[in-house]
Amino acid sequence: MFGNSYAVHALWNSLLQSVGGVILVGAAATLAAYALSRSQLPGKGAVTYVLLLFSSVVSGTAAMVPLFLIISAAGLMDTHVAVILTFAGGLLPTAMFILRDFIDGIPKSYEESAMVAGASPVQAFRDVALPVIRPGIVVVTVWAFVNIWGSFLIPFILLRSSEKMPASVAIYSFYSEAGTPIVTLLAAYSLIYSLPVIVLYLFVSWKFGFRFFGGIKA
Amino acid sequence: MASVEFINVNKQFGSFSAVTNLDLAMGDGEFVCLLGPSGCGKTTTLRMIAGLETPTSGQILIGGKDVTALHPRDRQISMVFQDYALYPHMNLTDNIAYPLKVRGEAADKRAARAQEVADVLKIGHLMDRLPSQISGGQQQRTSLARALVYPSQVYLFDEPLSNLDAKLRLEARGFLNHLQRDMGMTAVYVTHDQAEAMALATRIAVMDGGRIVQYAPPIEIYRRPATTFVANFVGNPPMNLIEVEATAADGRLALRAPGLEFAGLPMTDAIAAALARATRLTLGVRPEHLHVAAGPGPDTITAPLFANENMGPESLVTLERPEGARVTARIFTDDHLPLSGRVSLGFSPAHLHLFDGDGRRIPAAGEGA
Repeated sequence: MFGNSYAVHALWNSLLQSVGGVILVGAAATLAAYALSRSQLPGKGAVTYVLLLFSSVVSGTAAMVPLFLIISAAGLMDTHVAVILTFAGGLLPTAMFILRDFIDGIPKSYEESAMVAGASPVQAFRDVALPVIRPGIVVVTVWAFVNIWGSFLIPFILLRSSEKMPASVAIYSFYSEAGTPIVTLLAAYSLIYSLPVIVLYLFVSWKFGFRFFGGIKA
Repeated sequence: MASVEFINVNKQFGSFSAVTNLDLAMGDGEFVCLLGPSGCGKTTTLRMIAGLETPTSGQILIGGKDVTALHPRDRQISMVFQDYALYPHMNLTDNIAYPLKVRGEAADKRAARAQEVADVLKIGHLMDRLPSQISGGQQQRTSLARALVYPSQVYLFDEPLSNLDAKLRLEARGFLNHLQRDMGMTAVYVTHDQAEAMALATRIAVMDGGRIVQYAPPIEIYRRPATTFVANFVGNPPMNLIEVEATAADGRLALRAPGLEFAGLPMTDAIAAALARATRLTLGVRPEHLHVAAGPGPDTITAPLFANENMGPESLVTLERPEGARVTARIFTDDHLPLSGRVSLGFSPAHLHLFDGDGRRIPAAGEGA
């Protein structure tokens, strides 16, 4: 299988798109969810729900035609950036929603005590809030990674050239000229394709243990 | 250390008025307790000093300087939170030293200072633990240490002892009292526990419905409560309040209530003025100022026995009066009182409090208005 440069390159593409998407989703969702949770803007609840509603539309099959048109109008057709941005747009609202709920459950007194003690809002966020909400960010990150890694339709539509296809698309081309699947290659590839997700899960579970630093019991 | 002053401060949350026309001045080195039931605006008041809430209108001065618009970090204050707000991912050293870290102190210097403060608070041997690995009392002292680790103009306490069990609370209260004597710190302390306020404060501000009802030294609040609300809030058990029908006759004030036998009080101008507004007054007498009388007679109140609780050094004798009202006497004896049936409790007229139809105190003869 490793002799098949197309197959190996597809895995690399998958990794590139997933990591890119995850970084974008993780960073943007954390900042947005924090703002939505802590600020006192009127109508912030409505904003979250409207976004969540849109997200289910954007990632649905029905949105593929407008998506295609938008991306091609933006001149991003057949680029990794197109895939990453589309995934970020689709996953962000749900990620924000999950994270906002998570941050809502963390007492405001953490940052308040930091600010009273002399920290600026940025310091309070970096030193106190961020470490406490990290388990939530990890959950969202893993969820986004798995989503992008396994997705077929969006890269299939937005990418043209075969050397940019991720593994999820590439796997559909493992047929002989006669149209019969090359079972040996498919089996080996499927195994390798599923490994990163399993490794990610084990790593996160070892590093963070999916545990939560809740507030101190009152 | 510095003084704190509120000038006509209002705080609205939407249409709800949390604090109304608050004027409050406390001097340098004073320990002021904001006392009141939940929802009375005391925590909002404290958070406005900290800068965690912005007043809707009015001014707040710390050390004579207007801080109304200042960010919390620019106010040079310390605060102990009700839930302690210890950072769960930092050990005790980092937690206590955090205020020094944001002030740019070197790591070894701030660790040394944190250790110093922690030793005073007897948590110095726990510095490597996480907050979740120490007991509630130790967590409380850690949050206190974090507040004391840097010099502050005002120390703010938001019900710091309410998450401790009764025994630890007494211990921590004693320690805070000791600290206050030692440091002479300017402090604002929010509590709904009147015993805490009595024990710690140099002055108590009793709050109700977003307003200050009475602002005076603890002993003054105890001896001369300004309203029936204060009378009922301070003291354990609280003051007995008896609805009485009042009439003026022959220069004396006669008070009538079921079971009450009382010759009346000499008439004063203040009483006459109150009587002109309403004849239904409230008579107050503290449980510790009642004693068990041999039977009905002058200066007694008589009703069926409701409860007779022996607490060790004292007994609480409660009588049930008409309409479910009760009168409790606190009798200092370690003997069991053999009581049954109708019981009479005696009082001395000097220990009576009189409140007008609106629940405001009517000054006794010889007492300033």
